[in-house]
Amino acid sequence: MQQAAFANNAEWLKGVGNASDVVMSSRVRLARNIAGFPFTPQASRIDRAQILEACKARILNMQTQTPTRFLWIDLHKVQREDRDLLVERQLMSRQHARGKLSDGQGGLDEPRGVAVLIPDERVSIMINEEDHIRLQAMKSGLALGACLLEANEYDDLIENGIDYAYHPRFGYLTACPTNVGTGLRLSVMLHLPALKMTGEIEKVRRAARDMGLAVRGFYGEGSDSPGEFYQVSNQTTLGKSDDMLLREMEQDIIPKIVGYERTARQNIISKRRELLEDQAWRALGTLRYARSIKTDEAMELLSLVRFGVLSGIIPDVSIESIHVLLLATQPMHLQRTLGQALTQQQRRSARAELIRKKLNANSAGVTDRLSDES
Amino acid sequence: MLCECGKHEATIHEVIITSDKRKVERHLCEFCAREQGVSSDPYIPIDQLISTTNYIMGQALTQSQKGTPNDAVPDSDQHDTPSEKTRAKAPKSPTSCVGCGLSFTHFKKHGLLGCPACYQTFCDRIGPMIERAHEGGCNHVGKVPKRALHNCKSHGDQSRLESLLGDVRQREERLESLRQRLAKSIHDEEYEQAAMLRDELTRLTTLASSEIEPRPMKGANEQIESNNG
Repeated sequence: MQQAAFANNAEWLKGVGNASDVVMSSRVRLARNIAGFPFTPQASRIDRAQILEACKARILNMQTQTPTRFLWIDLHKVQREDRDLLVERQLMSRQHARGKLSDGQGGLDEPRGVAVLIPDERVSIMINEEDHIRLQAMKSGLALGACLLEANEYDDLIENGIDYAYHPRFGYLTACPTNVGTGLRLSVMLHLPALKMTGEIEKVRRAARDMGLAVRGFYGEGSDSPGEFYQVSNQTTLGKSDDMLLREMEQDIIPKIVGYERTARQNIISKRRELLEDQAWRALGTLRYARSIKTDEAMELLSLVRFGVLSGIIPDVSIESIHVLLLATQPMHLQRTLGQALTQQQRRSARAELIRKKLNANSAGVTDRLSDES
Repeated sequence: MLCECGKHEATIHEVIITSDKRKVERHLCEFCAREQGVSSDPYIPIDQLISTTNYIMGQALTQSQKGTPNDAVPDSDQHDTPSEKTRAKAPKSPTSCVGCGLSFTHFKKHGLLGCPACYQTFCDRIGPMIERAHEGGCNHVGKVPKRALHNCKSHGDQSRLESLLGDVRQREERLESLRQRLAKSIHDEEYEQAAMLRDELTRLTTLASSEIEPRPMKGANEQIESNNG
C-alpha cells in the first residue's frame, strides 16, 4: 500500500468549521447495492470478485478535481498493518478490515477493497462490506450538508456506470433492512467533556436515544468513548428524504446538543474554573513528561487539554495538533512512524515519546504534520 | 383502561394493520407486554426486533385472541412451517427467496437479507418490522437513481420507469400519504417540516410522467410561506 499517501493530515482533523469547538467532524455514509447480484453476505466468491472489479473500474474512471485522485486498495492482498491503519484513519470499518460479515461469514481473503480520495481523505468508498458499496464523505466541524453534497456527487458518478438495486416502495435496497430507503447515515463526532463533568452526559445519551439516534464511541459500533468523544447518528432511513434527515440533524438535534455542551462549559468556567485549570494543566504536564502512556489514557488527557485550550486556559496548543495526536498515538500509526512492529510496552513508551516531542516543541507552535515525525 | 389480564392499567397500546387493512388494537400493561415480547421502546435494535418477529407477524395476537380471524399476517410459525390450523386459514407465504434461496429462518437468525428480490418475496413479513425500525416510515421518500431515471424518461421506457417509481396507483398512494403528512405538519404548526414535505410532493409529482397532476393541499403554500417568513 502507498503509505506515503497517508502522511498528510486528513481534512476532518483540521479542527475548523461550524461549531468545531464541540463537533470534531461530520460524516455522511450512503449504502448502495448493484442490481442483479445477491447482497455481499449471500454472494458467492465469484460474485464478490465481479462486483469488486466492476466497482474498481468505475471508481478509477471517475473524474476528480485536481490534485485529488482515488487510491485503490485491494484489502485481501495487503498486510494487517495497512488494514488497521485505514481503520484508525476512519476510512473504513473494523468489520471490513477483518472481512467478516455480521453473520460470521467471510474472512481475510474475501475479495474486498476500499478507494480513498487523496490527499485529504475527504471521501472513501468500501466495496463488498455488508453492502456492495458504502460511500462516505467526511469534513471537519458541523458540515453534514457539505458532506451530503459531496457524497451525492460521487454516488451519481458511480451510478453513471452501474445499475443500483432500487425499489419504488423501499428505495435503495440494502442487506440490512435498517438501512433501506435513503441508505443515508449522517453522523457527527462530538467532544462532550463538560457534560461528562457535570454528570449530564447520561441524560443527553438517553434524550438522543429517545429521538431515535444511535450514540457510539470513537471507533463506531461497540467501541468505548475514551476522552468523551461520541459519534451520534440517525437510525431512520425510510420515510424521510435526504433533506429532511439532514435538516433534523444539522439544524435541530446537533445544535441542541452543542448548546448543552457549551452551557455546561460556561458553567464550569464560571463556577469551577480553578478545578478545570488544575485538571487541564495536570493533563498537559503528564503528556509533556510521561514515559509510558496507554491509548485510552492518552485520549483522556488530550481531551482535557482540548477543553483547556478551548476555555482559554492553555495557550500555544492548536486544536489541530490535538486531533493529529489523537490519531498519531493509535497503535498502528505508532508502528508506522517507527517503521517496525512493537510490543505493547514498546508502544506505550513510543506513544509517550511522540507526545512529548510534539507538545514540548509546542511553545513555539506545534508542528501539525504527522509526517514530520517519520 | 385495563389490560387484557384485568389486573393492571394498560399503558402500552399496539395497533396492527392486518393484510386486509383492518385495524386490530391491543392494550397491555407493562408486565403483560414484557411477557409477550412487546416493547414500549419505539427504537428497538434490529436483533431484538427480529427476535420478536413472531409477535410482529401476528402470532401472539392470533394465539391470544382465539376466535378472531387469523389474518394479521400469514405464516408466522417460528420454524417457517405453519401449523395446520394456520395453514388452513392464511394464504401461503414463501419460506425462501426465489432470487437467492435465502430462507426466512436464516434472515431471522442473522438480520440480513440475501438479495434485492428478498424484499419482494418477504414483503408481507418484513414490512411491519421495517416500519417499526423506521419510526413508522414505510415508503421511500427522497433520492431516486439519477441516470436510471433520466434514461427511462428519455427512452420512454414505461416498465422500467414503473420499476423505479411504482405504477400509477402506487405513486398516487405515496402522494396521498405525503399530502396527509403535510396536512398534519401544518396542523401541528411544524412549518419547516411542512415546507420540506411540500417540496417532496412537488418533486415526486414531477418525477414521473404527466399522468399524475400536482394536487398540493389547498392553501398549504400560502400558510407555509407566511409562517416561514
